[in-house]
Amino acid sequence: MATIAAPKSGSPGTTLGTPLLARIGNTPLVRLEHLTADLPGIQLLGKAEWHNPGGSVKDRAAAAIVLEALRNEQVCPGKRLLDATSGNTGIAYAMLGAALGFPVTLCMPSNVSPERKRILRAYGAEVLWTDPAESSDGAIRKARELAADPQYFYADQYSNPSTWRAHYSGTANEILEQTGSRITHFVAGLGTTGTFMGVTRRLKEVNPKIECISMQPDSPFHGLEGLKHMATAIVPAIYDPGLADRNVEVETEAAYAMAKRLARTEGLLVGISAAAAVAASLRIAEEQSALGKEAVIVTILPDAADKYLSERFWGE
Amino acid sequence: MTIEIPTPLRVYTANQSAVAVDANTVTEAVSALLARYPEFKKHLYTPDGKLRSFVNLYLNDEDVRYLPQGEESAVQPSDTLSIIPSIAGGGLAVQAGAPSA
Ligand SMILES: Cc1ncc(COP(=O)(O)O)c(C=O)c1O
Repeated sequence: MATIAAPKSGSPGTTLGTPLLARIGNTPLVRLEHLTADLPGIQLLGKAEWHNPGGSVKDRAAAAIVLEALRNEQVCPGKRLLDATSGNTGIAYAMLGAALGFPVTLCMPSNVSPERKRILRAYGAEVLWTDPAESSDGAIRKARELAADPQYFYADQYSNPSTWRAHYSGTANEILEQTGSRITHFVAGLGTTGTFMGVTRRLKEVNPKIECISMQPDSPFHGLEGLKHMATAIVPAIYDPGLADRNVEVETEAAYAMAKRLARTEGLLVGISAAAAVAASLRIAEEQSALGKEAVIVTILPDAADKYLSERFWGE
Repeated sequence: MTIEIPTPLRVYTANQSAVAVDANTVTEAVSALLARYPEFKKHLYTPDGKLRSFVNLYLNDEDVRYLPQGEESAVQPSDTLSIIPSIAGGGLAVQAGAPSA
């Protein structure tokens, strides 16, 4: 199973500092105390995934995919890692390729934000731009087309089991440890579904009573970057809809409102999917509170606001 | 003129990726689109009638928001208006037509 190598503890004379891979994971669990100030007995906590070196939760899956590929000699200086992505996974691959010494080719719709384009260029990844009207479909088609060429290893994050295993062995155990196993509810958005699948599988193994709630956009046309509307989307091979106890839908504008609220009341600048996850978690919190129950609700905050600061909603 | 429809909204256009409308301005083109496909309205506009903030209209390669005359810009029959969400999503786009479960 793909796990990320733990840092070697430093005895005198050994090398100092922390290498890139060891900086992935073990993210802080932040308390959202102002949001739940009027909900006694409810704790709302978020994994601050922007603390990963590539700035998002996708470092975890990308590192697991890459380590597996390196072990199997599927990538090396002469063999390029190829995948379709519109965002954070691409950034994670580009960072890992730079640090571990293998070339990266990404297929990406050309309407990704300028911030993102600059980050990828800075890491030196090769990007093949696809038609924005075709959205991620165009990028996937391009990647599949190239996959037949032996110079590429097609990582295929939507079908690669490392995508969820990274969360099964990493994220979930961190949450158990950071909450002293007191977690009662887990909420996460669905993109590749790796985060939700991996964390939920592990949590249910440890305590089947933990309620696991998946979150997705309320409509196929949405602004929740990184998330998919499953009813109308090509469903990732790793997705098992039977795993969720419940599914919650979030409107794009509710996520925008929550992003601004988190900035102004918690001092947290989170990305749009993180804000959507908090909006969904707060609904669960209010329900539990109305039932007179206590709850420890944990969600995933996939990234910070920095890559979205040019979006208009901040000023509206 | 031609209006290019983004993949997630093609469910409303019987899978057509582009539709032709008669219009003299961007506003007229969008009105013609909404008249033909009323479901588009709630996807493109907020309840108070503003273009949703992640929705961009491009006249050929120019963002309509930044054209000097904005949505009142004149259009020619040979022009293309594209509806492009400001992000492409981290997930796969909607499969045109039959939703797969
Ligand atoms: C910003 C953001 N949020 C949420 C997700 C969804 O996470 P996952 O792919 O593990 O379902 C992703 C990744 O695709 C993402 O980039």
